[in-house]
Order: sequence, then structure tokens, then C-alpha cells
Amino acid sequence: MVLLESGFSSPRNDVFPAGLRVLVVDDDPTWLKILEKMLKKCSYEVTTCGLARDALNLLREKKDGYDIVISDVNMPDMDGFKLLEHVGLEMDLPVIMMSVDGETSRVMKGVQHGACDYLLKPIRMKELRNIWQHVFRKKIHEVRDIESLEGIESIQMTRSGCDLFDDGHFLGGDDTTSGRKRKDADNKHEDRDLSDPSSTKKARVIWTVDLHQKFVKAVNQIGFDKVGPKKILDLMNIPRLTRENVASHLQKYRLYLSRLQKESDIKNSFIGMKHSDPPNNSTASFGLHKPSNTMPDDVLNGTYSFPMNNSLVQTVDVKGQGDRHGIASVPVAEPKGALSKDIPDSHKTKSSQMSFDHSLGSAASGVSFASFGSTTPARYSWTEIPEIQSKVEYEPVQPENGFNQLPLPEPSMIEKEVNRSRTEVKPLFDEYRSNLVGHSSPADLVDLFPVQSKNQTLKNQVFDPIFATKSSIKTKDISQNCLADSEFAQRNLNATGREVTLASLPEDLQIFWLQGDGYPMNIALQNFDFPEYNDPALIDETPFYSYDAPRLDHEHFFDPTEYYAIDQGLFV
Amino acid sequence: MERNPLRRQLQIMRKSLFDQGYLDEQFVQLEELQDESNPNFVEEVVTLYYRDSARLILNIEQALERKPYNFHKLDAYMHQFKGSSSSIGAKKVKAESTLFREYCKSGNGEGCMRCFQQLKKEYTTLRKKLEAYFQVARQAGPMETACRPK
Repeated sequence: MVLLESGFSSPRNDVFPAGLRVLVVDDDPTWLKILEKMLKKCSYEVTTCGLARDALNLLREKKDGYDIVISDVNMPDMDGFKLLEHVGLEMDLPVIMMSVDGETSRVMKGVQHGACDYLLKPIRMKELRNIWQHVFRKKIHEVRDIESLEGIESIQMTRSGCDLFDDGHFLGGDDTTSGRKRKDADNKHEDRDLSDPSSTKKARVIWTVDLHQKFVKAVNQIGFDKVGPKKILDLMNIPRLTRENVASHLQKYRLYLSRLQKESDIKNSFIGMKHSDPPNNSTASFGLHKPSNTMPDDVLNGTYSFPMNNSLVQTVDVKGQGDRHGIASVPVAEPKGALSKDIPDSHKTKSSQMSFDHSLGSAASGVSFASFGSTTPARYSWTEIPEIQSKVEYEPVQPENGFNQLPLPEPSMIEKEVNRSRTEVKPLFDEYRSNLVGHSSPADLVDLFPVQSKNQTLKNQVFDPIFATKSSIKTKDISQNCLADSEFAQRNLNATGREVTLASLPEDLQIFWLQGDGYPMNIALQNFDFPEYNDPALIDETPFYSYDAPRLDHEHFFDPTEYYAIDQGLFV
Repeated sequence: MERNPLRRQLQIMRKSLFDQGYLDEQFVQLEELQDESNPNFVEEVVTLYYRDSARLILNIEQALERKPYNFHKLDAYMHQFKGSSSSIGAKKVKAESTLFREYCKSGNGEGCMRCFQQLKKEYTTLRKKLEAYFQVARQAGPMETACRPK
């Protein structure tokens, strides 16, 4: 047995299915005890969990620590189907649902959400003995997916020395691989893990942040309604990615979005920022930046911090005029929660909770959420930032008073944004639009943003880096908003007081804008419901300019344990 | 037939539980899970069940005190309770749970109330019987194998 980096023992190939690592999730302690005993009798390695959230954490902590998940449908903290979705999307593990209720509609729902089986309680031993088949089947399919791709040689090339297939199929020039013949497909995967601990162990497509972004980008380009696996595949243009890979991912994505949509519909109020208790300090901090009336013309320090569930806080300093590219040098706060940066002249905003207040005087100057989209679409994770792009336009606003605080859009807004396709962003932006000129493309926005006063030193470029920074925020949704926020904030710096309605902002996210010159903007994201939709925050690639923290930093994000494989490899 | 009087008694008690419909196949499954590493597995599970389900019973009771009945909630609670009861093979209790859920679905408050009273009776009766059973079981010492009810 070889120990993987994670410390989890690897499954024992020679005695498969014995040693199958099962995670059981059930809020009923009696069943949990029984199932544990039953699974142990099958010689499986069992981990039990009473809460869906805990289960997700466990799964995220040890990315390859489990082979299969068995979960009850009804759980107090999270719907079993939701958990199912998450596991499917993030970890791509087979999930078996359980319930005492065998109603066809429920079973169907389970299958729709991706369950590979649906067991009725009371569960029999023989049913549990067979669950290894799901694990095996999945591996076989993945292997087939890969095999069907271009060619064995090409695959070979992706992993030097790492034999993806060691069942003899794998010919090619690599001697190390040809030598390995395994009896069952499963073994090959296991071994591969062992030989290459840094890679995800299975020969499955790993939807890295980067890959997923490409996916989302493609989806957006095509148009969510018209999307289809083939089209996406073509657009993405990733070698060795199959139509099947895309199709299954698309299905999960759709489920995910529809669920978010429902959630966002439920949210309708603006909640204050909450602080999470991240394991790593961070988070909760909303940059409070004082609006600064006295912001020197040439110095604008915008701090954008996004407290994310647990930590991530990225702050970007937007330098004033002289230093547009200062952004590039702006240190990105450790996701860990560094909170805001120094804001030279700005006053800190009082409260981290701002309700969107139209009446905020010179507030949000041309807040254009367009900024959301203005930069790197590629940075978007789950959410569809590109959509947002076209919606809003910045408009410079002159600060009316020195103190503008704009609440950050609540995360729920993010969710909304996330959920919707292009059109969705609109309503949100409409709100902001009090001063907004109109729609413009991101590019336009950037250009549109005239530097009004000497204080308005921010150049459009500035936004980009910030945007980029933001994009490194872990949560999908958040990142989107963060981006928007930062842009927003930046624009505000230049803008005169404009009122922005944040009414439509999701309650979870509030943007602070300090308007006026050089008001640092803090964008803080609450972490509220992150646990809720705990989505695998697809972390954007590191910001191009400064954020060189490894993806692992994401762990500091609201969902510390969640991170996608960092490497670019499609297949591992 | 068991020579040991205690074991004989145990067998009789056990058989009666099955014959009278208090327990079903699931109980046998639990017995089959019992082994050297878990010699008191069945008793532990049953104890756990009674402890945890007491909470559910209380929830339902409280919900039944609020008029008008929130059938949706009642059904949800009972669904949980039923799932739990299925874990030890509490046959009669489970049957009452199903009936209760039917009443919930049809919005029959009276039916729910009556059914719940009956359910509680069955629930309590079973507990007493199982307590007595385990007491004898502990005295009798471990049985070699679980035997299917004849």
C-alpha cells in the first residue's frame, strides 16, 4: 500500500473491492452505526458523517480520499440532492442515495441529479456488497473516454512516465507503461495515483479552474440556451477532452445553476456582512475605508477586500494617477484574509454593512457593473461574468461629498448573477444604473471612464489588475462579484456621486464604495451562504499581476479545503 | 432446542417478538452483524434508536399541539421517524408511521392524532419487550449464531 500525499491510504489494488473507501452521510445516528458496521463487514474502509456539510469538507480536504459516497436523501443541513450535485461537480465521485421513501419521483430525482444508485432503507448487506461496481464502472468509463481520445501516444505525452493505462493498451514508446499489465481497470488507476501523487489519481477529466473557466466561457459564447456539448467542445478546443466529458460536466453545471437560481430567488434581502470563522483568520473583514475628502489627487488607494467565507481577502490598492499600473504592484492580500490595505487618505467607511443606499450621495459614481465583465472573462468561474459585461457602462461621477459608501453587493447578488445567463445581469445593473449611461461593452467601459478630476487617476487599466485580483477569489460567485466590485469601486473613485441602487444586490454581498477621490473601496463579500452552495469555487488563475500565491491559497478562501487541481493537466 | 434455560427463554422471547409482528427481517440483519468485535451490537443499536427517536417523538408531539396542523411538517418528522424505526426492524411501529403519513397526506388531523397515540403505544411496548429481551440475553451470554425465526 502506498500512501498518497494526502496521507490517505490508497485503495488496495490487489484485493479490490476490499478496502474501498466509502463515505457515509446520514443524519440518523442509528443508521449511521448500522451502515458502518455493514460496510466494515464488506471489508470496506468506512468514514461516517452526520452532516452534509461535514461530508463536503471531508471530501474537499482529501481530494482523493474516497472512492464512493453514500448519502441519505433527507438531511437537516442540506438537501441530499444538493450534496449529490456538489460531489458530482467537485469530486466526480459515484454517489449512492438512500431513503426510506421509495417513491418513483424521488428515485427519479436522484438519478437525475446524478446518483448512480438509489437504495431503499432498510438496506441489505448484499446491496452494500455490490456498491464497488459503481466505482469500477466509473473508472472504466473514464478510461474509455480517454482512450477514445486522440491517441495513446498523445496521452502518453501528457504524463511522462505516468502510465494512464497499464493494461497493455498503452503501447507507445514509453517502456514503463507497457510493462505494467493489470488485471482490472481499477488497478491501473490506483497505481497511477501512486506513481504520480501530484496528479489526480484517476484517469478522469479533472475540471480544473482553468478548464472550467474555458467551459463557462464557451457556454457563454454559445449562449446558455443554445449550448450543447459538441459546440462547447469545439469552442474550448482542448485536446483530449471528449464530448462525453463535456456533456456530463454540462449536465452538472446546469443542475448547479438551477439550484443557485432557486436560492437566489429566495434571497431577497440585504444582509449585513457576516464574518465567518475561517480557520485562517481572514475573512470577515470588510474593508472599511473612510471616505476621504482629502484624497490627494494622485493617490488613490482603493482597497478591495473580499472577505470570503474563510479568508480570502484580496486587497488591491489602486494607486492614483501616477501609478495606474500600480495596480499591478498592488499586493494582493493573502487570501488568508488579509484585509484591507492601508488607505492613505481615505477614511474608513464606518460600517461594513451598508445597505444599498441610493441616497448615498456621491456614491457610486458610474458604478458600472460592467466592470464585472470588463476584464478577463477567463477569470470567471462558475458565474457568467462575461454576460455582465455588456450590461453596464461606467460613468464618471463626481463625488458629491466625500463620503460615499456603497454597500457591497451581497453574495446573493452574486448568486443571481451567477445563476442567470446573460440577461440576468441586467436587472442587477439596472439598479445601479442610476447614473449609468447605458450599455457598453467592457472595452467601452474601460474607455468610457474618463478621468474626471485630478483625483481620478485611475485608469482603466487599473481595473484590470484589480479585476484580475478579484478573480482570484475563490468562490465562483464571489469572484465574479469581486471583480465587479473592485471595478465598481474604482470607477467610483472617479465618479461623482452617483447613486446606485444596490437593491438588487444579493444580500450577501455588499460593496462599499467610497466615493470621492481616492476612497478606498472595499469590497467585502460576506460569506454567508457559502456553505450553502458551497460551490467549488473555481478559482481563477492567479491574477496576472500579482497574485502569485499558489492555488492552494484557495484553501484560505471561504471554503478552505476546496480547490481544484491546480495543474493544467486535463487528465491525471 | 437450547439446553441452557436462559438461552431457551431467550429463544422463546425472540420467536414471540417475530411471531407477533413486533420485529421484522431487519432485526435479523442486525443480529447477523453482531460478532466478536461487537458482541452487543444489537442492543447498542436498539438503545441508540430509542434515544434518538425520543427526540423525534417529541417533535411530533409538539407539532400536534399546534393547531391547525402543519401536515407538511408532521409528514417530514414522521418520515424521519419511520426511517429510524426501519433501522431496527420495528415492524408495528413502522406500520403506524406509514399510516400516519397517509393521514398527513390526506390532511386528516383526527386520523393523525389517533394514529400517533397508537404509534406511541407500540413504540413503548416494543421498548419494554426489547429491554426484557436484552436483559436475558446478557445473562444468557453470547449466542453462537443468529437464527432465523421459524
